[in-house]
Amino acid sequence: MATPKPALPSLRSLAKRALRPQSRPPREEEELVVTIDRDSAPRVLFFGEDLWLCDLPVGTRVVYPRRPMAAAPNPKATIRWALNHPEGSDPFHAKLRPGMKVTIALDDISLPLPPMRTPDVRQLVLEIVLEQLADAGVDDVHLVIANSLHRRMTPGEMRRMVGDRIFEAFYPERYYNHDAEDPDGIVELEKTSHGELVAVNRRAAESDLLVYVNLNLVPMDGGHKSVGVGLCNYASLRAHHTPHTIRDSHGYMDPAKSALHRSTDRIGRVIDQNLDVFHIETVVNNRMFDGPLAFLGKNEDRYGEFDRLKLEAMRHTLAKLPRAAKRKIFHSVPAGYELVAAYAGATEPCHEKTLATTFQQYLVPVHGQSDVVIAGIPYISPYNVNSILNPLLVQVMGLGYLFNLFRGEPLVKKGGTIILTHPCPDEFDPEHHPSYIEFFHRLLPETRDAVELHRKYEREFAENPSYVHLYRKGNAYHGAHPFFMWYWGENGRQHVGRVIVAGAENTHVPALLGWEHAETLDDAIEMARGYHGRSASITLFHSPPILMAEVTA
Amino acid sequence: MAGKAAFFDVDGTLVRTNIVHAFAYYAMNEGSLRATALRTAATAVTSPLLWGLDKLSRKGFNHFFYGYYRGMSEDRLRLLAADLFDDVLRDALYPGALDLIAEARRASCRLVLVTGALDFTMEPLRRHLGADDLIANRMQFANGVATGRVVPPIVEGAHKAKAIRDYCVRHDLALDQSFAYSDSASDYPMLALVGRPTAVNPDLRLRSLARSYEWPILDVR
Repeated sequence: MATPKPALPSLRSLAKRALRPQSRPPREEEELVVTIDRDSAPRVLFFGEDLWLCDLPVGTRVVYPRRPMAAAPNPKATIRWALNHPEGSDPFHAKLRPGMKVTIALDDISLPLPPMRTPDVRQLVLEIVLEQLADAGVDDVHLVIANSLHRRMTPGEMRRMVGDRIFEAFYPERYYNHDAEDPDGIVELEKTSHGELVAVNRRAAESDLLVYVNLNLVPMDGGHKSVGVGLCNYASLRAHHTPHTIRDSHGYMDPAKSALHRSTDRIGRVIDQNLDVFHIETVVNNRMFDGPLAFLGKNEDRYGEFDRLKLEAMRHTLAKLPRAAKRKIFHSVPAGYELVAAYAGATEPCHEKTLATTFQQYLVPVHGQSDVVIAGIPYISPYNVNSILNPLLVQVMGLGYLFNLFRGEPLVKKGGTIILTHPCPDEFDPEHHPSYIEFFHRLLPETRDAVELHRKYEREFAENPSYVHLYRKGNAYHGAHPFFMWYWGENGRQHVGRVIVAGAENTHVPALLGWEHAETLDDAIEMARGYHGRSASITLFHSPPILMAEVTA
Repeated sequence: MAGKAAFFDVDGTLVRTNIVHAFAYYAMNEGSLRATALRTAATAVTSPLLWGLDKLSRKGFNHFFYGYYRGMSEDRLRLLAADLFDDVLRDALYPGALDLIAEARRASCRLVLVTGALDFTMEPLRRHLGADDLIANRMQFANGVATGRVVPPIVEGAHKAKAIRDYCVRHDLALDQSFAYSDSASDYPMLALVGRPTAVNPDLRLRSLARSYEWPILDVR
């Protein structure tokens, strides 16, 4: 009897398979959490612009990021699919009519980290969207960088993000940075049910259609936060960028348990009631290091001879260079991020899908919290692309981002110890972070109490005409931004018992941050054991690349 | 609660001209060809001396320089001041100067121009910028004619700082909450006096000072 031929898959299902994110094979699960034994290789930790090679105590648990998810085989087709099959909305082309006024808002340079190899995903999206707009007879199009109170992007950075062709066609009249301090450039909508002020960029508010092009790196990004934060002003941002909101957030990488997101959701819903917003959210994998640096994402026990050679060569070279040169080198190496998925449509259903894919890339199951968590602080954060990771940003990386990269429970126990590795130089970039300098040297010696700082000084910094001018005309973060950075570490600060920074080249920076100081990682671990006992559980959070610990009891 | 003020130096900070430009304008428009030629020639001949004097002592420079005004008619100077603003100063304003003034106003600051220039020269600019007050040098006139001497103490360097301090006392303003803006290291006393100093288009010495003291540095040019 002839064997029946298997039914051929339909073209539609083939397309879906090609365009939708692929889950990783389960064989990697056992590699995500490893325990150090006597034969384990030393671990590589970021130490600012250097790499530390550290032997960890036997029994230390090391949590690794997942391998990068498979890239979409055809990124442009993936984006087109999303535009034609949006969530909770008509297809993009069906929303267009000749002569309409359209504003396209774009995530700024804080995403992804480091900036990705060109073409940037935003360029790919824009090339498709602008083509469809032109085909539909829509000529009144502006591109606005949704930088909120972040620094303005430079023309060079703007060009890199969208490519030469779009830059030449739109810059500077129709491609520019949002200005949260432009008295004529903001429109206030009605307040939320909780009394939160809702303010939006005037051009966006007065457009027939607002398209938001997002690049979702971590679960904190995207959704209602895109427009509600990216295109708002200081008065609106103050509704949720407060120490109280962050304290009330169990973790701000888990939007379901974040008071910050509850507030931005309320604001976003008001915006959606007043504006026609079409979101295009893109998810990239966590291929932060590839090519010759790919070994940095690997388990050290799996290093080959060539990996070890590259590591030693890199450490040797870095040790010989001044910090500024090392910084220049690191910032000039783009990441190999790849698009894994794109979703489009109405804010909430679109973002729900984005979040699911993001969690799929980042979540690593971890059983039980730890007394001591060790983390290496790298050279980069969302707020120092092409700049210096100053002490306040070291703080936000440690107690803000790394602490909050969990779902369920924090990786470190309540009252536990976080050990960070960073040299903590007293170094600031006066062009990008002028108000940080005053915050660090004038305010922190007086108090580290976030509520007190918020009450006494935030408005003064926000309204300082020099800082306002530097934000509007230069490339400086807003005067209030260092406060937000301090609040960003607030739930971490409230949760942990102490922070020890290993390798700090001075004692006053850790002291001003309220941290303890140790010469080496071994010393820091000994200090932590002094608090928690010899049997203290220790976990190394092996990031970057990014991961989120899904901690269960 | 005491209020706050923003004190702006003018020459080089808000406008690209200086007191020599203003005098040159007055000299060129003296009314008679002979007087114009004499004053212009005298200024040109002594310009190396003026340059050296400015480097040595701003106070000495101002003292010496205002001597050139001797004999000029008060009426004519006041009339020419309005023309000077229309013909020169308005266009010499730096592009970012109006934004900076507006930002200070939005921060509820009382706006005060503090300058070593002469008051009648700066008054049209003060009105144009919407500043609340002007602290400037005042020429002494006798029988409607300039004597070439300014009313002491001459507004420059340390005396700018004293004038600001006195102004804050008179108007119940908090010095530590107030702002000062200047382009020149010669204004260090005024910048060091207030709680919020800012270097604007700074010269090399001021840029270095601003970096050392971690003052913000703006460029409004």
